[in-house]
Amino acid sequence: MGRYVARRLLETIPLMVIISIVVFMFIHLIPGDPAKTLAGVEAPLEEVEAIREELGLNDPLIVQYVNWVKDALKGDLGRSFKSDLPVTELIWSRFQFTIQLVFAGLIWAPFVGIFIGVMCAIKRGTFVDLGGMLFAICGLSAPGFWLGLMGIQFFSVKMGLLPSGGLGTLKHLILPSMVMGTGIMATLARYSRSSMLETLREDYVRTARAKGQREQIVMFRHAFMNSLIQVVTILGLQIGGLLSGSVLTETIFSIPGMGRLLTDSIAYRDYPTIQGILLMFALQYVLINLIVDVLYGVINPKIRYD
Amino acid sequence: MAKEVLLEVKDLRTEFFSSKKSSVTAVADVSFDINKGEILGLVGESGCGKSVTSLSIMQLLKDTPGKITNGQIILDGVDLVKAPAEEIRKIRGGKMSMIFQEPMSALNPSMRIDKQMIETIRLHSDMTKEQALAHAAEMLKKVGIPDPPRVLKNYPHQLSGGMSQRVMIAMAMSNDPKLLIADEPTTALDVTIQAQILDLMKKIQKEENSSILLITHDLGVVAEMCSRVIVMYAGKIVEEAPVEVLFGNPSHPYTQGLIASVPKLGSGVKVLPSIPGSVPDLASMPEGCRFAPRCKYATDKCRTMNPDLFQIGENHRCRCWLMDK
Repeated sequence: MGRYVARRLLETIPLMVIISIVVFMFIHLIPGDPAKTLAGVEAPLEEVEAIREELGLNDPLIVQYVNWVKDALKGDLGRSFKSDLPVTELIWSRFQFTIQLVFAGLIWAPFVGIFIGVMCAIKRGTFVDLGGMLFAICGLSAPGFWLGLMGIQFFSVKMGLLPSGGLGTLKHLILPSMVMGTGIMATLARYSRSSMLETLREDYVRTARAKGQREQIVMFRHAFMNSLIQVVTILGLQIGGLLSGSVLTETIFSIPGMGRLLTDSIAYRDYPTIQGILLMFALQYVLINLIVDVLYGVINPKIRYD
Repeated sequence: MAKEVLLEVKDLRTEFFSSKKSSVTAVADVSFDINKGEILGLVGESGCGKSVTSLSIMQLLKDTPGKITNGQIILDGVDLVKAPAEEIRKIRGGKMSMIFQEPMSALNPSMRIDKQMIETIRLHSDMTKEQALAHAAEMLKKVGIPDPPRVLKNYPHQLSGGMSQRVMIAMAMSNDPKLLIADEPTTALDVTIQAQILDLMKKIQKEENSSILLITHDLGVVAEMCSRVIVMYAGKIVEEAPVEVLFGNPSHPYTQGLIASVPKLGSGVKVLPSIPGSVPDLASMPEGCRFAPRCKYATDKCRTMNPDLFQIGENHRCRCWLMDK
């Protein structure tokens, strides 16, 4: 198991290198000039040129990239063009809000989704199944922003039960958590249903019954535990989506998280901040996938012993 | 010595439902006994209902569209068709256990062998985990696994097919079952491993004086293992006889065809005889004798009237109008 984790860790290194290149190059593909934005529309050309020189924007891209990576490895992501604050500080101050949102979604959605899916599979063809899948399809088809707006309209404006934006108390988290989690819940419900149906047809489930095991234990220990292998893979992909999904949720609920910082920075062509945030997103994605891989090894001995 | 009946199957009918109203009959009016300490063979082509018969006996039709619609299955005085689920559960894996065709997929891939064996043992006894583990090791030794402690710590994917089937047999035999149902236990294995597994089953059966219902399409396996044979065709028993009688004097044209189509070394036959046609579709059974469309002796009577299972000798029954004398 230790070797398996170590190997997965090593594998993330080349991945991070590629990601850093892509992140860096993409920014420079966006049209617009940060020096111009900084100097103002009216500023004379010489002034713009001076700012450009000062920010190092006149260096060849490869030099800029190497400098950036060198600093990044030392934990320095540069200073924001806009606020002149260190990017790491800026990201950290916003990250705590985003992570709250992500957790608020993750704390219920996977469990509810898997539960619905498994129940639907066990009660296949009944009204439970029909109801569960109808619910899942609704959850899948409803866009997050629409759910959020409807939630605000209903729970905040009409009933006055929940705050319509900001963070601070648990109450503030309820609506955003709903927006963050619904998609994951619905997707996992559908995947765990089909995965469970597949495992229920497996020979070893029949073996478990043939040895006289109780039906609930046959379902849980023999069918469900094996059906999780597929579900965990999907979960990893979904959590990645959750991070980028936070951009929308933050905008709807006016939460000053990483997503908001990103949209603002893009508007301002704040290269160091954009790069820093994208790198953070990528790092989180890689980290989550690493965790999923390890989890995968825990539930699937075939992978662990390869 | 009087033969004691262990399992009695009476007029078993199992139907598969595609909807509430429409169904096909996979097993029709099947009746037979298994005596204590006997190996009974159940032979037939794929789709003849032999596996469905075994799953019916084990009451394992749940999660299939199949349902027993008539008949009794009496094991040691208990009618399994009518018994409550909880009672069936206690019998399965205890008094009656089963091994399957694909040993590799019949073991739970995410559980170690020790856990799976301990689970089986503890379901039917009061042993502690340690006692159950010791018993599991003992069982593995009995089935000829050289290093039980190592195999116990393995996951199924680390074992070969032959090893897996040995583990399955050890698991199935761990609670001293009176009846072992073996559904094509060697079909998925190499020929050399086949012989080993068959020898092993025979040895354990003798030691424990248990009974085996051996389901197979391989007449060679039947000849080696069984004392009595039932031949099934299209969901019905067509012939039942002691093994020597069946091979020496096959009476049903289908049995004759089956035996003739087994290759014999040195017989000089260039072209192997085969039975023309194929097994009828369950949904559109021929009227009259189900084998009539493929039978070279078929008469008009065969094509219109269903023959009974005629008693034609001691322990010898045959479902054919030719035997109606």
